[in-house]
Amino acid sequence: MAFGPHLILATLEGLVTSAVLALMALGLSLVFGVMRVVNVAHGEFYMLGAVLAWAIASAFGGHPSIGFLAALVISPLIVGGVALVADRLVLKRLDYNPEATIVATIGLLYILQQVALTFYGPEARPVQAPFTYRVSLPWFGYSGYKLAVIGASILLLLATWFVLSRTRIGMIMRATQYDSETAQAFGIPVGRVYTGVFAVGAMLAAVAAVLIVPISQAHYLMGRDPLLLSFIVVIIGGLGSLRGTVVAALLIGVSDGIISVFFSPTLAKIIATFVVAMVLVFRPQGLFGTAAR
Amino acid sequence: MADALSVRGVDCFYGETQVLYSLDLSLRQGEVHCLLGRNGAGKTTALKCIMGLVPARAGSIRLGDVELTRLPPHEVPRAGVAYVPQGRRLFAEMTVAENIEIGLMARHMGSDVREAVLDLFPVLRERLRQRSGTLSGGEQQQLAMARALCLEPRVLLLDEPTEGLMPSMIAKIRQSVATLRDRGVSTILVEQRVDAVLKVADRVSFIENGRVRETVEVDRLREDPDIVKRYVGVT
Ligand SMILES: Nc1ncnc2c1ncn2[C@@H]1O[C@H](COP(=O)(O)OP(=O)(O)OP(=O)(O)O)[C@@H](O)[C@H]1O
Ligand SMILES: [Mg+2]
Repeated sequence: MAFGPHLILATLEGLVTSAVLALMALGLSLVFGVMRVVNVAHGEFYMLGAVLAWAIASAFGGHPSIGFLAALVISPLIVGGVALVADRLVLKRLDYNPEATIVATIGLLYILQQVALTFYGPEARPVQAPFTYRVSLPWFGYSGYKLAVIGASILLLLATWFVLSRTRIGMIMRATQYDSETAQAFGIPVGRVYTGVFAVGAMLAAVAAVLIVPISQAHYLMGRDPLLLSFIVVIIGGLGSLRGTVVAALLIGVSDGIISVFFSPTLAKIIATFVVAMVLVFRPQGLFGTAAR
Repeated sequence: MADALSVRGVDCFYGETQVLYSLDLSLRQGEVHCLLGRNGAGKTTALKCIMGLVPARAGSIRLGDVELTRLPPHEVPRAGVAYVPQGRRLFAEMTVAENIEIGLMARHMGSDVREAVLDLFPVLRERLRQRSGTLSGGEQQQLAMARALCLEPRVLLLDEPTEGLMPSMIAKIRQSVATLRDRGVSTILVEQRVDAVLKVADRVSFIENGRVRETVEVDRLREDPDIVKRYVGVT
């Protein structure tokens, strides 16, 4: 393949990575922004979403699209439910203390991982894509499903933006994020907002996972790398900034795609980590974050 | 007439440190009741305790028939107590309109209340789309009051609303407190400046080390400025 088409292919692959990463990082960023909780178990919500997607898809017979669509709806709901229980049982009791919740979510990470290992096993299993249509570009054919993943991610990001900036629920979330004490003094049930945000954050990770399993398989350790990348995205983009999260996910995803194709995946990781270090040194609040008040 | 708000024997702690000791305070219907005391005396804590933001470990806080200490914090404003915090604590990243909207949401008030509040603070009407963090100090204070008044409160808690403002703005704030009293709102006003207190208050309570030492009618202060000196030091 010539250089040009090769670059286009690498960019497309990078965009798919970005699309999934943006959703996942957005969940992490929301939870940190509103609740000040660093959710180390976020990657396990992603893993759980993927594993459940496999379980649900294989429970449904018939055309693969039926199983996939069922997984796309049911898996995030179950993961959201798990997050809800974790919030009530653990985080709430720790009073959302920033240090204590880090330790607690590390514990949650291992619990979820072991549960998956016990019931799902150590194998990597694929989920069939809902359709196998290939888009023929002038230089090569490309998976229609991958393009659909990019589209779905854009839709979800737009929906999140709309909810946050244009609806009452979004205003309540922002008020809680800026000043939870004053929010309470204006009748906002901060505890319930926290529970809801934690569940939604986990659901975003689960949706990202369901979208990815037809491309890369479900495995009980699959949450680790995306968690790391999400932290990188959130740090570069600025905590709690939707725009920053999207821009940073694009930056990381596309550069990862291109560098991996032309050089090596390891170099891509090295560069991403280097960029994080530079951001932390020169702009600790992230590219789009506002400095702490 | 029964008191609008009555605080009886309230103890309040930050962690293991006690800050309020058996605090007593009665707010009559429609009065402006000032709290005076040195820095760190516990004035802000008293207001936070009424709002449920810092829990009362002992004692009772009654709003009419409602025992506020039994409510979760977010139910206190819904019962009709509105709070203007020290330092204003606006949602700085949000617009003026959004800050007002949050006030309206607390008790499901409609656009009639919104218009009435904006009539009281007309400068805000011209700045609805502006980010509230970019308002001037005086405008921010007016927005903080407007946001609280959107609850149509029975009881209003004002924590140092004139702190750091220039004299003309202080007069404006004082005048709106008087207007609200005429409309029947009962107000607890925390103040540092005794001259401001004399102009607007009905009664004054002196707080020292987390206790109310004395509550007097404001006329007594005019006759006997020594009381002020005893609790606040300078006049
Ligand atoms: N969040 C907190 N944690 C621990 N101690 C606190 C906290 N807030 C206030 N305090 C302490 O409680 C005491 C009373 O503080 P408070 O803010 O109520 O005083 P104040 O009368 O409002 O003072 P000022 O006039 O300076 O506003 C002080 O000793 C203060 O240090
Ligand atoms: Mg104070």
